[in-house]
Amino acid sequence: MNSPIFLAAVAAIAGAFALVQPHLGPFWQSLLINILMYTALATAWALFSGPTRYVSLATAAFFGLGAYTMAFLGEAMPLPMVYLSAAVIGAVVAAIVGLSTLRLSGVYFVIFTFGLAELIRQLVTWAEAKFGGTVGRFVFVPVSPTDIYFMLIAACVAVFALGWWVQRSRLGWALRAIGEDETVARHAGIDVTRAKVLLFSLSASVMSVVGCIMAPRWTYIDATIAFNPIISFQVLIMALLGGAARLYGPVLGVVPLAILFELLQANFPNHFSILLGAVFLAVVYLVPRGVAGLLEKRR
Amino acid sequence: MFIVDVVLSGLVLGGIYALIAMGLTLQYGVARIMNLAYGEFTIAACFAAYVLFTVSGVNPIIALAVAMPASFVINWLVYAIFMTPLVKRAPDAGALEVDSILATFGLLFVVQGVLLVIFGGTYFSYSYLAVPVQILGSAVALNRLLAAGIALAIALALYLLLMKTRMGTAVRAVAVNPASARLVGIDTARYAAFAFALGGALVAASGVLVSMFFTFNASMGVVFTMKALIIVIMGGVGNVLGALAAGLILGLAEALSAGFLDSGLTMAVNFALFLAILLWRPAGLFGKRAR
Repeated sequence: MNSPIFLAAVAAIAGAFALVQPHLGPFWQSLLINILMYTALATAWALFSGPTRYVSLATAAFFGLGAYTMAFLGEAMPLPMVYLSAAVIGAVVAAIVGLSTLRLSGVYFVIFTFGLAELIRQLVTWAEAKFGGTVGRFVFVPVSPTDIYFMLIAACVAVFALGWWVQRSRLGWALRAIGEDETVARHAGIDVTRAKVLLFSLSASVMSVVGCIMAPRWTYIDATIAFNPIISFQVLIMALLGGAARLYGPVLGVVPLAILFELLQANFPNHFSILLGAVFLAVVYLVPRGVAGLLEKRR
Repeated sequence: MFIVDVVLSGLVLGGIYALIAMGLTLQYGVARIMNLAYGEFTIAACFAAYVLFTVSGVNPIIALAVAMPASFVINWLVYAIFMTPLVKRAPDAGALEVDSILATFGLLFVVQGVLLVIFGGTYFSYSYLAVPVQILGSAVALNRLLAAGIALAIALALYLLLMKTRMGTAVRAVAVNPASARLVGIDTARYAAFAFALGGALVAASGVLVSMFFTFNASMGVVFTMKALIIVIMGGVGNVLGALAAGLILGLAEALSAGFLDSGLTMAVNFALFLAILLWRPAGLFGKRAR
């Protein structure tokens, strides 16, 4: 897809989402909020993991950090500052993780990100019990679901713009080279660690901002809600189904799966995790290159 | 004495961790499957021992004799059904690693979901040989001591199997270099399946032993997987003695941090140790070459 069409499509879809808002009932608005949230998260995930092929399992960690930023700072500073803080916190934590693991082979990175959400969850629980004397926190900020809806539209547009910009920048080329063959990329004079850490931080900071935007929806959060591994899992499966190699790929997975998960959760709340795992296995075995990959093959 | 308490409980814990990690080092080092669902199998074995003990009154030592062969067969099937297609379609080792990570991540949620449906999210434990024993003036629960003793015995048996038998030599050959192993007439596909299944038998053993003294619930698998992964990397992938040493180190580090810092920080200690290893010796404590 060439870039004027792509940008026009993003703008048109974002405009359509904004225009339909006044006509939405609570059910549709909440479904669309879900779709927007996962679109932002899955696209941010693919931004890093697509070109580099480093599988990150830490989406929930950054999402939860953002949610906790809102819980801690929501009443202490003006809202725009809170979102900015979430972005910075996400980026800093990602940079620390990236600097220590992305210099090595990919599997260490996966392992580290696999445990990261659990690590931060335990640290938050420990710190809350020790210093705060609480288990969870209430989030009382003047943000309505409609505000969240519009902020998520803005977040999605921002992610796509970011992805579009990265693809045409030197950074994007460097990352694609790394994905093809890291040793070759290094020999071509690319500072591979710097490129990977930079993009991982960008992607993480988007996830944190999304977590920060979503936090007021729960009113009450604790570490188990904020760092729920299911979030990492759903984002991964959506991005994989859509295809992480293209910027527009993850959306193709988000829309059907967000609806499917909504249905499954409503009808089979107790068996949700099993069904989720089964859907995931089906995606891994049957559409390894994603819907975007299938579309391109047919062309 | 406090320090004796801490060191003893660290060593006992470490012995169990070592056994948990040995199964994973076989699965990852020999079969090349990075199994993220590993901890869920530990927890499944915990529940199996719990049910056998509370419902049928079978003591955990006998449960071991049931759980290990059963898990061996189940893991063989998991390898044959889920992993073989991935092995066949993977163009290289890196692709298989990514595919196996994804597939077992899916498996994790399936196994966890099944456990949640059957047992719910509450904590379980049972009381077996919960009597204190005096060692060097410090009291240790007999069940912990017994669990650690059995873990070490199984570890030793595994070591002898790998080092002294023809079959063990073949397994080690596949671990070192699958391509060359084929050249000397080793059926690598069969040995990979065997190693994966053997790893499964060990994970069941460790789960049963853990259940003897530990309070567990259905969503705790991740913690065990993480510990096992850290130990495997610390000890060197595929290195059984390395896993034993690294397991003891991790157990000690956790007991020390729980004793002197705070028990809420054990995961942080795990990660700190992991980071230290990654930065200092990425090939493991006993790794020969730096990557």
